[in-house]
Amino acid sequence: MDNQIIRDRLQAQFPQAILAVSERFGDLSVTLRREDLLAVVTWLRDHPETPYDFLEHLSGVDYLGRTPRFEVVIHLMSLRYLHRICLKVTAPEDDPHVPSLTPLYPTANYQERETWDLLGIVFDGHPSLQRILMPDDWIGHPQRKDHPLGEEEVAFTFNQERIYAQKPFAKE
Amino acid sequence: MTILEVPTPHDITEPALAGTTETMVLNMGPHHPSTHGVLRLVLELDGEIVISAAPDVGFLHTGIEKNMESKTYQKALVMTDRMDYLAPLSNNLCYALAVEKLMQVEIPERVQVIRVLLVELQRISSHLVWLGTHALDLAAMSVFLYAMREREQILDIFELVSGARMMTSYIRIGGLAYDVPADFLPTVDALVEVMPSRIDEYEDLLTGNPIWLERTVGVGALDGKAAVAYGLTGANLRATGVPYDVRKAQPYSGYETYEFQVPIGKNGDIYDRYRVRMAEMRQSVLICRQAAERLRAIGPGPYVTPDRKVAPPPKSEITHSMESLIHHFKLWTEGFKPPVGDAYVSIESPRGSLGCYVVSDGGPKPWRVHFRSPSLINLQGLHHMAKGRLVADLVALIASLDPVLGEVDR
Repeated sequence: MDNQIIRDRLQAQFPQAILAVSERFGDLSVTLRREDLLAVVTWLRDHPETPYDFLEHLSGVDYLGRTPRFEVVIHLMSLRYLHRICLKVTAPEDDPHVPSLTPLYPTANYQERETWDLLGIVFDGHPSLQRILMPDDWIGHPQRKDHPLGEEEVAFTFNQERIYAQKPFAKE
Repeated sequence: MTILEVPTPHDITEPALAGTTETMVLNMGPHHPSTHGVLRLVLELDGEIVISAAPDVGFLHTGIEKNMESKTYQKALVMTDRMDYLAPLSNNLCYALAVEKLMQVEIPERVQVIRVLLVELQRISSHLVWLGTHALDLAAMSVFLYAMREREQILDIFELVSGARMMTSYIRIGGLAYDVPADFLPTVDALVEVMPSRIDEYEDLLTGNPIWLERTVGVGALDGKAAVAYGLTGANLRATGVPYDVRKAQPYSGYETYEFQVPIGKNGDIYDRYRVRMAEMRQSVLICRQAAERLRAIGPGPYVTPDRKVAPPPKSEITHSMESLIHHFKLWTEGFKPPVGDAYVSIESPRGSLGCYVVSDGGPKPWRVHFRSPSLINLQGLHHMAKGRLVADLVALIASLDPVLGEVDR
């Protein structure tokens, strides 16, 4: 299976959706417009010749200082043709929304929950977008670059009032 | 297909059968011996029958990915041991391969052979823990003792090469931490010699055992289509008849040159998963034997890449070469700087397809590392398998999926 075939097919089918294509290290990677993600993934999944039936990996990256700030990386795998394609979608900081792939691939469920939990990227259309790794009452998204690699200040009698006033306690 | 739902603990606060019959919401875990770690399951039960099972994970979340962003590439490797603590060498290999792909480092053949040999030993030892605990969960006590006997032998080999039994950090970026000792091959030979007969012993205890068959055949069956949709990989996927093995599909570390089979099942039930893993152990022994032969044919040689920008020079060189001293100093104070970009690598870990996505911003620390952890993703199929079964079957189901909670939560 050749990268070139898939690349040409995608470009013929969605000329306006593709923003960039890279074949670094021999891996096909395509950056898509956010609004076309669902259409492209559905087309790839249901393609009669090369169905990408397995969503292998979904996660996000926080490129702090770059606009748009967030990027969601999706690796689709065709189990019959043993070919992998990487799709990338970007989302700006003030509108971190990306369409959810869970209706197309149930396996995206936990991976999207994890990405939302740790990076704060909202997946529109996800059946139950809740925190998965962090506690439910956690404030913030710890994998973001502006979230400090935190340690907790130790409370002594001389500073406990100040610390407890800022500390988010679990709600009753 | 409406069956493909993955409930969250919040979904179960409103019982699905409210009004029609009396159901009970029960917490299983996080401290429950059969959840193999700290896995909490929120169950909705109608008597003994499971209506809904929602895994609640995250109790072991230690922020490994976040921590890796603040360490240099070499130091971050140590964190990978702590993810899947039953297969640290597989995690080492996955991360090392991803960084090596990013930097386009050539790895000497001898190193690749040792890596394959160690990772296959790791697969056997991890499957032995799975077998022992799985049988223990179904009240077959003695299998555990037999399985631990051979696992101990494999851990001794890891101790021999790396000095550590569990947290090895032995496979490094660019090669290995140090060369294998002289008595490595004889020790491996001794294990490879006895292993097939020992696997026969386990099979004698379980494969035809009527109680074992009663508890496993037809329980938690899943078809291939649903397994792919849920993203199951490894033995759980192959038990359903889908022959997807990363070692064959996208070979790494020279796996394409070894002769081995990919065992598959048919029904995707617990018994098929058991048979697939047992057959996998036999195949791993075959690969180990081939790798040991190759290593013996190659003889002594390099244990890291000769590229001094990635791997440090040997200590003996540092005493008389100024350049070596500079390389050594630069590597351990500053680290190396891979070019800007990202790379994704997936390998066949004992639990399934383990992926590593590394992003470099051109600095000495990774900008982002993400692991596709097969344990977490395999858990999504649990609800579908457990629905309509008894609570006692759920215990067998968790064990048969073989999750390692350190990797689920990272």
